[in-house]
Amino acid sequence: MDKLHLDRHISRQFNVELEALRTQLLEMGGLVEQQVTDAVASIESGDTALAEKVIVNEDRVDDFEIELDEQATLVLARRQPAASDLRLVLAVIKAVRDLERIGDEAQKVAKMAIALSGEGANRRGATELRHIGASVLTMMNQGLDAFARFDAEAALRVVEADESVDREYKTAIREMVTYMMEDPREISRVMNVLWALRALERIGDHVRNICEHVVYLVRGLDIRHISLDEAEAKILNQ
Amino acid sequence: MNISEHTAQAHADKTVGEPLVKNAKMSMRGVNVFYADKQAIYGVDLDIGRNEVIAMIGPSGCGKSTFLRCLNRMNDTIDICRVEGKLMLENQDIYDPSLDVVPLRARVGMVFQKPNPFPKSIYDNVAYGPRIHGLASRRTELDEIVETSLRKAGLWDEVKDRLHGPGTGLSGGQQQRLCIARTIAVSPEVILMDEPCSALDPIATAKIEELIAELSENYTIAIVTHSMQQAARVSHRTAYFHLGKLIEVNDTEKVFTNPDHDLTEAYITGRFG
Ligand SMILES: Nc1ncnc2c1ncn2[C@@H]1O[C@H](COP(=O)(O)OP(=O)(O)OP(=O)(O)O)[C@@H](O)[C@H]1O
Ligand SMILES: [Mg+2]
Repeated sequence: MDKLHLDRHISRQFNVELEALRTQLLEMGGLVEQQVTDAVASIESGDTALAEKVIVNEDRVDDFEIELDEQATLVLARRQPAASDLRLVLAVIKAVRDLERIGDEAQKVAKMAIALSGEGANRRGATELRHIGASVLTMMNQGLDAFARFDAEAALRVVEADESVDREYKTAIREMVTYMMEDPREISRVMNVLWALRALERIGDHVRNICEHVVYLVRGLDIRHISLDEAEAKILNQ
Repeated sequence: MNISEHTAQAHADKTVGEPLVKNAKMSMRGVNVFYADKQAIYGVDLDIGRNEVIAMIGPSGCGKSTFLRCLNRMNDTIDICRVEGKLMLENQDIYDPSLDVVPLRARVGMVFQKPNPFPKSIYDNVAYGPRIHGLASRRTELDEIVETSLRKAGLWDEVKDRLHGPGTGLSGGQQQRLCIARTIAVSPEVILMDEPCSALDPIATAKIEELIAELSENYTIAIVTHSMQQAARVSHRTAYFHLGKLIEVNDTEKVFTNPDHDLTEAYITGRFG
């Protein structure tokens, strides 16, 4: 399904350039999604080798960012795109930033996995990490899918999901604070869990941004900094 | 079919967007134009706002020049051309049979695609209009009009030392600015421009565009252009014509980031329509 008719330009070379941008962005998305998956798995299982792999692969994410920025700049300079083409290029440029930041956050989670390793599986915070990790991974998966299919409604559902991740995160924080008060010897360890939770929550925020870019790309609507209800109304009213 | 396709179809024959404005300098309603029995413009309703720059875009042959020429009755010069509908310049009915078109064309001036200076001196090119319209009674007054017009057209510094040299001896970009000076010299209210930069290099084009921005503080400007970037740069509103119909009129910003009509989108993004 291609609502944007990327393949309908009179210039076939332009079709190729835009399609390449989209494909590359999705490739980058795939890599970053794998990074998050591995980071979450490493912190759950205490698998330090997997965590190391995430840290090493971060370079590849950075390479993608540079490559995609270059390509997008070239399309802007060469084609001076307008309307949906312009929105696509802008959405790619913005999504690349968010993906790169997600990569950074995944690396933080991996570092916390190493710091936390060697502790028992029943350690405090494990449930919260698993729970929020799973929610964020689902968001990531559905967000990239919404981008791939240029699906504004699906993107909006991911934005919705982020609101519930934010709520889960707040609850988890309160839990962690309680643990620390109950057992001050745990403070430095629980702090590491907190950092990892924080990184996961930030990943959710970045996925949300990407989905906002999708809505802009597909509908030309800016739904940043407004409530979910307002965003829904905007999309429905169109 | 998605929602936007629905709306596009429902309004297949009606201009989408906002063709009418509150503060109109010119109002056109139900405009049809024929060349003999061939119709070139179909039922166009459009307002041009005071001090606005409106760009008219669309594929070759869609009727941009035809429509533009209606606005100061330039089509009168074409025998087989017939114009129907109501065209108003403020309270003046442009097609009132008793109206003298000479003063009308002073109020609504025109700049053409190819710079067309008269085979006269630079000075006389600019002074021509004020002379025939009797706008200056003394030489000093005329001198002043010539200088101000050339200054407004951004040409004064380049020609002040050779005012009595031939206008045709200027470069293409300078000639075009001379034609703009000539148009401004009769203090028009509206300036029509039909692809004024198509024969100019990027620097001369940039100067004309800069000029358009400055002029729009005092004049109302309608410009036909084939350059999407030019329309995006200079205009406040953009009108998209297709096969003689006015398809969409919207704020330029909207047209170039998120147009309402699929045909507009296809045209400005270079897709098959
Ligand atoms: N003097 C004329 N006699 C007969 N038909 C004409 C005349 N001028 C224009 N037409 C026809 O009217 C239609 C609109 O022409 P017009 O010149 O207004 O188009 P345009 O949008 O300005 O095109 P372009 O971008 O190529 O300048 C065309 O089909 C054209 O052939
Ligand atoms: Mg024309």
